[in-house]
Amino acid sequence: MGKYTLLQKTGLYLAMTVFMTFILLPFLEMFMASLRPLEHLFRSPYQFWSNDMSFQAYFDIWNTVPMLARYIFNSVFLASVTTALCLSFVIPAAYAYARFHFKGKSVTLGLFLAVNMFAGAVLLIPLYKLLRSMGLLNTYAAMFVPGAAFLVPTGIWLLKSYLEKIPIELEESAWIDGASRIYILRKVVIPLAVPGLIVVGVATFIGAYAQQFLFAITFNQKREFMPLPAGIFEFVGYQSVIWNQLMAASIVGIIPVLLIFLFLQRYLVEGLTKGALKG
Amino acid sequence: MISKNSNSSSKWREILRSRTLFVWLLITPAALFMFLIVGWPLLETIRLSFTNAGLGGEQYIGWENYEKLLNNRKYPAIVGRTFYWMFLSVLLKMVIGTAGALLLNAKIRGKATFRVMVMPPWIVPMAIGCIGWLWLYNGHFGILAGVLMRLGIIDGPFEFLAYKSSAFYSAVVTDVWIGTPMIAIFILAAMQSVPDDLYEAAYVDGASRWYRFRRITIPQIMPVIVTMSLLSAIWTFNSFEVIWILTEGGPRGATTTMIIDTYKMAIANYKFGYGATRALMVVLSLAVFSLLYLILLNKVNERYKTK
Repeated sequence: MGKYTLLQKTGLYLAMTVFMTFILLPFLEMFMASLRPLEHLFRSPYQFWSNDMSFQAYFDIWNTVPMLARYIFNSVFLASVTTALCLSFVIPAAYAYARFHFKGKSVTLGLFLAVNMFAGAVLLIPLYKLLRSMGLLNTYAAMFVPGAAFLVPTGIWLLKSYLEKIPIELEESAWIDGASRIYILRKVVIPLAVPGLIVVGVATFIGAYAQQFLFAITFNQKREFMPLPAGIFEFVGYQSVIWNQLMAASIVGIIPVLLIFLFLQRYLVEGLTKGALKG
Repeated sequence: MISKNSNSSSKWREILRSRTLFVWLLITPAALFMFLIVGWPLLETIRLSFTNAGLGGEQYIGWENYEKLLNNRKYPAIVGRTFYWMFLSVLLKMVIGTAGALLLNAKIRGKATFRVMVMPPWIVPMAIGCIGWLWLYNGHFGILAGVLMRLGIIDGPFEFLAYKSSAFYSAVVTDVWIGTPMIAIFILAAMQSVPDDLYEAAYVDGASRWYRFRRITIPQIMPVIVTMSLLSAIWTFNSFEVIWILTEGGPRGATTTMIIDTYKMAIANYKFGYGATRALMVVLSLAVFSLLYLILLNKVNERYKTK
């Protein structure tokens, strides 16, 4: 149906180049800056390429900020716990909204979605009090408990639209065969919902990894619990910034989430594009 | 026959009863969790807004914080700036996102790779993406100033984040960069869910590519654009990391939006009561905006239906 002319094709690739440049330029800049020796970074006029570039910064970062590996671990760990906690609330609730009609359904669902209106930054003071009274300040929980909460509404919304696509007949026949509701949930629904669960899980994980900053700088002061997006600012000193190492550490820090994404991108892109929208 | 009937109806009632219970069992944990982390803090923020809470205890002071805020000469500018920030950023995200989705949807070689390559700004921690932009905006050594100098557009170093309006627009660009991939992917999804036969029928009738886009694609992806615009508006309004990392609200308040202002007042100045009042203003503004948006949307929908 309507092949592109050569002109249209050229235009498409040209536009794509502009678009991709916008998307990837900061990463390219990060990478290039990480390769330059510190004294060379501050050289004018701007040079894109020079001969003294090296990977030295990638070795130095571990000495400059000895806790760096711990921060990266913390980030992955926090994102995993946040995801697990979030999903443990999301799965049952999404199932209820997808499968049952009940009084108060649209009201409660609306309330869940309205939570999207509250950013963590708005509720920091009472959250601080709350976490303090529960004795959670300066622990991992200070970050993953509020972190999980703000991911729950979107999770319910996404998973609900997936579950709605699983034919209800399977559950009905299991019900007629005398299976209990919990049994049906465990043995019928969850196995069928695996692709949807992966999408929601990955989306939640990415959200949990991406949002690590505000709660970390506000609710936690112990360096051993700090996630990378907060800990990385140790490269920013009072006097000067070790830019090349800051960039190298940034690159290293995004590798875990990029790897996870690359492994699961097929599910994520396809899942998001095929599943989430028709709900 | 009769006994069988009554038997099944009592069983039915039992199912119904257990069903309601079961449903609430499923929802209650999430609801309680949300109440604990969002509901109670919201109520507490309302209470705090009527106090002078700070580091030295708190006292009920009635509407004093609200009066103070309404009489604050600088506050209207912050509110105006926040809405301008939101409209500009969301508009750019939607336009670039839709254009990006169109490109990603085109049948060209490498489209699968392009669809993966568009995601990083979304999946990488916001704070780390912003670090990349910090260096990009560096006036002496960043690539932007470097290229502009080489091209002769600017004749000396230009610190993007040092001047009021360039700092504001630089922050907008970074925020757009973070928000665009997700919007592009969701709009792409909507484009792919348009049935092919619609296009084929139009093609057979001799409709041009532009006509097909305008009369088929746009109406079909409109619901997604409408939903994403609202969601994106809320997120952009609340956007904290981008501004905080790039400028901390400066220079001279040029990038201070309501959320940054609230954070500064409450956390940096320890004025919890007054900060709570400002936090409520954020919530209130968003609630009013969302309501107006939904009402407007309903009106538009009704008009199209009656047509």
